Amino acid sequence: MTTTVPTTAALALGDDALVLSHRLGEWAGHAPVLEEEVALANIALDLLGQARVLLSLVGDEDELAYLREERAFRNLQLVEQPNGDFAHTIARQLYFSAYQHLLYGQLAAEDGPFAPLAAKAVKEVAYHRDHAEQWTLRLGDGTDASHERMQRAAGALWRFTGEMFQPVDGLDVDWAALDEAWSERVGDVLRRATLTVPEGPRTGAWTAGAGRQGLHTEPFGRILAEMQHLHRSHPGASW
Amino acid sequence: MATAAPQQTARDQAYAQGDAGDTAAYERAFDAAVAADERIEPRDWMPDAYRATLVRQIAQHAHSEIIGMQPEANWITRAPSLRRKAILMAKVQDEAGHGLYLYGAAETLGTGRDELLDKLHSGRQKYSSIFNYPTLTWADVGAIGWLVDGAAITNQVPLCRCSYGPYARAMVRICKEESFHQRQGYELLLALGRGTPEQHAMAQDAVDRWWWPSLMMFGPPDDASQHSAQSMAWKIKRHSNDELRQRFVDICVPQAETLGLTLPDPDLRWNEERGHYDFGPIDWTEFREVLKGNGPCNEQRITQRRRAHEEGAWVREAAAAYAAKPTAETGATRA
Repeated sequence: MTTTVPTTAALALGDDALVLSHRLGEWAGHAPVLEEEVALANIALDLLGQARVLLSLVGDEDELAYLREERAFRNLQLVEQPNGDFAHTIARQLYFSAYQHLLYGQLAAEDGPFAPLAAKAVKEVAYHRDHAEQWTLRLGDGTDASHERMQRAAGALWRFTGEMFQPVDGLDVDWAALDEAWSERVGDVLRRATLTVPEGPRTGAWTAGAGRQGLHTEPFGRILAEMQHLHRSHPGASW
Repeated sequence: MATAAPQQTARDQAYAQGDAGDTAAYERAFDAAVAADERIEPRDWMPDAYRATLVRQIAQHAHSEIIGMQPEANWITRAPSLRRKAILMAKVQDEAGHGLYLYGAAETLGTGRDELLDKLHSGRQKYSSIFNYPTLTWADVGAIGWLVDGAAITNQVPLCRCSYGPYARAMVRICKEESFHQRQGYELLLALGRGTPEQHAMAQDAVDRWWWPSLMMFGPPDDASQHSAQSMAWKIKRHSNDELRQRFVDICVPQAETLGLTLPDPDLRWNEERGHYDFGPIDWTEFREVLKGNGPCNEQRITQRRRAHEEGAWVREAAAAYAAKPTAETGATRA
């Protein structure tokens, strides 16, 4: 019996981790406090580690990261969103880590090709989720200014959250149940942070599953221009 | 049951010879402890000048770690392979961690991180001049690992035996990680040195630009070093600037040969009589200019640091306000 690696799923999960890791890497040297330099780099490294395992299931990690063009990437639009202020970064982390924790929890419990990765990653992601939730509470229930920023960030990224629950080929997951569990967890944290749960649409004609189909937002092309430039300038070189 | 007599330290003996409470006795005790290679700890009496020198040195060291994140972080988003990207991210994370240890060590001397950062941001305290040079190519990341971290280790390993306990202990932890970074930088350059002609040229160019600034990291020559004599007497420093610089040159020359790279110094040659490499004169005018704030990146580095701090103020205020609020469960404040 041979197990085939579900390529679509590995690319979707791997690209999510790769792109979010890249965004967090942009924070290095810019964080509001030294402890957050450590924390954000730590999370970025965990995600990069996950990306490398997942992309390697499909092919050569560097070819996949550095030589695919924008339309071939399968990451969620959420993870490619610019860092914005610290509240935007935390809102993005809150939404994504809650999703990743639930998803990897399910994958770890099953006997599929992603179980070994998910079993390791779910421990890292539990820490990421805790970090994001604690900061959501501090910012939401901190000062008036931080409350306002956190509310704005939670609202601005809300429309990218529906895409997380679009089915992915090769992942045997109850997506509706995942969405429900996510909404409950995130809603609870936002309320405890004295924030209003955003009410706008979470999917639209363009956004539903768009990143998974290789349809990205404009900032994404610039990520690749920066990430791939050196590698592409020296074809065939090893580093 | 008989108990062993507590071991009498040099400090105890010196106290015993005079009235405790009289400054001369404290001074004798301090000098005796330093002479006997005992560690000075935060609650021990120490001369004001010793405390001030340590605060200056440890703070400058801490500031160098956090400013030093910038030239390398400049390449995180452009690292040419995922493995190199992971290594670089881990390194920059370690540097933030080193900054934290060192601010912690400085705080044992009665200062605070906020106060030290304020002095950095206002230019009243310095950081290592090396970080005022730009990282122009990927190979600079390797040159920093090999040369800059290499010079830092040469300087810092003796600090593991520094007379002030908290600093010495921080250095033990830091030096372990730094040696790892140094080897990774060397390995990065080795890959380039043995890579394509373009990669080799990139590596050589980086070494050409970082060699002299790395030699300047050991500070001014011994005859012009204002703090050296006192620091050596207090066993904060163990070796002179020129001794350490020579040690570093002697280590680097054979490593450069292995890398297949040259060092940009026509006067560099083995001196059989001395048993060391002779090397050419350092441009101390450039060194002084960079220290005065006129290096290529001084303005950029400090501006970025200040901006990160100022733009992060609302985050720190939020965390403080949240910590001060009573929790719903117990009614006690969180902090």
